[in-house]
Amino acid sequence: MAVELDVEVVSPEEVSYSGTAEMVIVRTVESGDIAFQAGHVPFLGVLATWSVDVLRLGDERDSFAVHRGFVEVSHNKVTILSDVSEAASEIDVPRAEQARDRASDALKDDASDAEALAALERADLRLRVAALA
Amino acid sequence: MPGGKERELRRRINSIGSTKKITRAMELIAATRVVKAMQRANAARPYARLITGVIEDLAAGGAEVDHPLLRQRSQVRTVGFIVITGDRGLAGAYNSSVIRAAERQLMGHVSEGKGYSLCCVGRKSASYFRFRNYRIANAVDGFSDNPSYDDARHIAETVSEWFLSEAVDQVELIYTEFVSMGTQRVVVRRFLPLVDTEMMAKQGSGTDRSASFEFEPTPQAVLEALLPRYTEARLYGALLDAAASEHASRQRAMKAATDNAQELITKLSRAMNQARQDAITTEIMEIVGGAEALGGNSHSDAEPASATMLADAEAAPEQKHSLTAR
Repeated sequence: MAVELDVEVVSPEEVSYSGTAEMVIVRTVESGDIAFQAGHVPFLGVLATWSVDVLRLGDERDSFAVHRGFVEVSHNKVTILSDVSEAASEIDVPRAEQARDRASDALKDDASDAEALAALERADLRLRVAALA
Repeated sequence: MPGGKERELRRRINSIGSTKKITRAMELIAATRVVKAMQRANAARPYARLITGVIEDLAAGGAEVDHPLLRQRSQVRTVGFIVITGDRGLAGAYNSSVIRAAERQLMGHVSEGKGYSLCCVGRKSASYFRFRNYRIANAVDGFSDNPSYDDARHIAETVSEWFLSEAVDQVELIYTEFVSMGTQRVVVRRFLPLVDTEMMAKQGSGTDRSASFEFEPTPQAVLEALLPRYTEARLYGALLDAAASEHASRQRAMKAATDNAQELITKLSRAMNQARQDAITTEIMEIVGGAEALGGNSHSDAEPASATMLADAEAAPEQKHSLTAR
């Protein structure tokens, strides 16, 4: 029997996911995607604004859009902390599309607008994660 | 005149009755909101607990814990204060006790010759300190009963900025801690520098956690990303506690107000009934007196007349009273 990971995806507002999984895939700021399975060495990393995929037995997958977060792995427990974590099913696609259009309009006027860049990144991520669901 | 007194009382009873309706409504609203606020405060707890755990592990994992936000200043010249109150009143002593604690702290530091920098959260603290000519460095309001994480982030960023730019050497956080529905207490907590962290590092190394963490990208980079989040989480927790306390205080205050109104209504109704009774008695006395006076002239005729008048007065006291009330 495969050993499973305990996974918690937590933001200040709520606990988005709490359960077991076979594998968790995240993306860290510098070295790209990293996948955790049971027995991984203790790990502490800063997450990129990207998706977190939780793969359960039987090919089930939950995706979350995560903005500014951390991942901690120790003793077969994966904890994902982030300012915002949204499950794919909770994402409001029309709203994300609007946000993306607004942000790209703002970038046309001023290509170095940091706020618009961040907003565009968030909107793109939401749409990408929503498409996975 | 007795009838005038009765009318006066009736008007007061009516007005207290409408006040009571308002306070009752506010009590019920606060009661539902306090439940929601408690749920939110509880929902925020796992995050705060876990982020503390991550810092513990980081410290225990042999990473060198050094960050501007952790450094104690050898000399404290200026103290920052974050005062968390509500935006609205009618919550009993909730706002005033936070403000009183804050002012006492502030005066204490000022009397030691230190400077201060005030960050007022909530309309009530801002207006209090503004009226008394304190310098307010930053005031935010509009979310006291339902704070969001973004609100906490803005405040934490502003105040951390003060600390990092050495405008202040220490920051105190003054808010109301929500202990239970019945107990809330005003607390003063050190916000910056993060004193807890050293303690956390010790606690962390005490437990037998694996010391060989892999860090991504580096321990220092993780710490730099982690500590601001930690301050935000603490402030967010404080805001949520304050919100729950505000609703609980308001509920209690409005319950007391409703009870008082009921008591007043009972008392005044008694006084009003007595006044009405007095008025009726006086009228009867006048009638009887008048009849007696008439009876002195012709004894045989006057006797039945005064008897019928008396009977009328007894039969229709309500009607008489309503006439005098108009």
